[in-house]
Amino acid sequence: MIAARQLFMVLITTLLAAQANAEADFGDMSADQKGLAIAEQVKARDRGWNDSRAAMEMQLYRRDKLLATREMRIQALEVVDDGDKSLTIFDTPRDVQGTAFLTFTHVLEDDEQWLYLPALKRVKQISSKNKTSPFMGSEFSYEDLNSFEVPRYSYTWLRDEPCGDTTCFVILARSKDPYTGYSKETIWIDKDEYRPLKVKYYDKRQSLLKTLTLSDYLKYLDRFWRPGKQVMVNHQSGNRTVILMKDYQFNTGLTGEDFTRNSLMRAR
Amino acid sequence: MARTGQARTAPLWALAAFLAAPPGGHAEVQGYVGIQSRWFPDTPLDQRQRSASQSLVVVPEWYQQFNNGDDSINIKLFYRHDHNDPERRHGDVREAYWRHVGGGYELTVGVNTLFWGVTESRHLVDIVNQTDQVEAPDGEEKLGQAMIHLALLKDWGVLDLLVLPGFRERTFAGEAGRLRSIPVTVEEGVYASSDGDEHIDTALRWSHYVNDVSVGLSVFRGTSREPLLFLDSERGEAVLRPYYPQMQQSGLDVQYVNGDWLWKLEAIYRDYLGNKLLSRTLATDFAATTFGFEKTTVDIAGSGWDLGWIAEYSYDSRPASVAPFDDDLFLGARLSLNDIAGSELLMGVSQDLTVNDAHLAVVEGSTRVGTATRISLELNYFHSNSPEDALFPLRQDSFVELGIDYYF
Repeated sequence: MIAARQLFMVLITTLLAAQANAEADFGDMSADQKGLAIAEQVKARDRGWNDSRAAMEMQLYRRDKLLATREMRIQALEVVDDGDKSLTIFDTPRDVQGTAFLTFTHVLEDDEQWLYLPALKRVKQISSKNKTSPFMGSEFSYEDLNSFEVPRYSYTWLRDEPCGDTTCFVILARSKDPYTGYSKETIWIDKDEYRPLKVKYYDKRQSLLKTLTLSDYLKYLDRFWRPGKQVMVNHQSGNRTVILMKDYQFNTGLTGEDFTRNSLMRAR
Repeated sequence: MARTGQARTAPLWALAAFLAAPPGGHAEVQGYVGIQSRWFPDTPLDQRQRSASQSLVVVPEWYQQFNNGDDSINIKLFYRHDHNDPERRHGDVREAYWRHVGGGYELTVGVNTLFWGVTESRHLVDIVNQTDQVEAPDGEEKLGQAMIHLALLKDWGVLDLLVLPGFRERTFAGEAGRLRSIPVTVEEGVYASSDGDEHIDTALRWSHYVNDVSVGLSVFRGTSREPLLFLDSERGEAVLRPYYPQMQQSGLDVQYVNGDWLWKLEAIYRDYLGNKLLSRTLATDFAATTFGFEKTTVDIAGSGWDLGWIAEYSYDSRPASVAPFDDDLFLGARLSLNDIAGSELLMGVSQDLTVNDAHLAVVEGSTRVGTATRISLELNYFHSNSPEDALFPLRQDSFVELGIDYYF
């Protein structure tokens, strides 16, 4: 029995991997169809990670001067038919240590968000319309940190162009969310592994607002690429924020029970 | 003698060993120390009351997880040294509990602080912990409560079952302190129950949320956290003394989220049980409610600032003389700058709609300095010209407080 089940699991995993690694065939698709197909391929290759834990360090720079750092731990749960769930626990700055943030991302409906305030021992539900405000004084907005869900955007493939040692698809994505802070995003995705390497964000007046560069990618469980470093530069203010991700762990046994309002209250 | 000494120190050694080599799992030692300076510009009603107050607060916390996070020990202590008022010089065990998380349940045994409710200006449903009144006039600081708390996590919601042994008396400012009654309220109370402060209270709460609606229903049975005050004498001087009747309180809290609007409602009904009358002070059953909304405007004009508006109405069926929020409207605004220093500003005004000349206002601002220090400035304004209003005793006690807290 056990052997049969193991064999079945191996088979399934191999099939999934084969499907994900198959060279996508864009045939004679239109630019919009191709853009969508590329986005779907990015998501498809990131299916099956189940759950993860990681440590995040955020460095806040005003021009080139490091002003502050923030440390947090992030637990995430993949939800197959909907958006992912995540729980973020703050370690620094120390006056907000123990504050925790629970998000249920939904593909089509509004996200749900709760904040736990340890000083008051109170869980507060917060409006999910908050997309554009800066996260903890950084150059990342809440919208930038949400999990990527394909149906939230419309896409157009623009061109292929060399990027670093490889070649990238360059696609245009427009958020369908009326509360978005951006008019459009241009995304560079490498053709070999379908990893986003660069994103340019344009404000509502169509001018370039920010550029995100994702680098130091590492492969986990032989399949899942995660960037070790993300740099967000704000072209209008000259400020930038660096996110360093460390200690990634997958399949740590997290379940839906670890992503509830009760678990938010006891998150440390 | 030596044997006794050894027996006494044995648990300490065990604790030391535990601290030195924690049995796996996440552990933290944290907390804060702070100094606060309060200044009261108006002449006090009682000449023994001081016009300024300096105090020091220390709040250490220790957390240790074990058994792969299924069990944890949490300790949070509190001590304030107030320069003028010995009654405000007080310590408390805010938390000291062991928690076990099992499949579909959480069991907490020890001293803990819980919060129930949704509204901002008043916390009617929040009943488990006694108010640490000398800490803050808004009543949001609570004393630790001993409890056995079983939370059942089900598909149909969370069911909290609580057994609460041991009662905590409300803290009151002493003779030299401000923000108090005239005459002074002494801490030592009298009880309706023959068990005194050893009456075992019970509480039950069911809470659930479906889509955009969260609901909580609660029942508490035991010693009232809110005392009735009656005129008494101590050392030949008139004082007010707390009387703690037995009661049953039913509570409802509802929240509905619609876009950037949060609609909130809390309502309670309190039945006093047994002996309701003491020294001409009658415990009258009553109903009270607070409801309103909070609306947040994010990223105002691309500034990155968020502004939240709060409007809440409070009703209490008791007369204005005992219920400060009998027919009151609260309007508030919370501004978050979302800057590196995490600067925030909170403003609120509460106006009695029946008694024209009674209102209070509060402004609280805070910002981070460096990596772990927070500076805060708070203004509290009380105004009342009507002796029938519960705010009347505070009419000369408007104050400014400057605070610095260092987090470790």
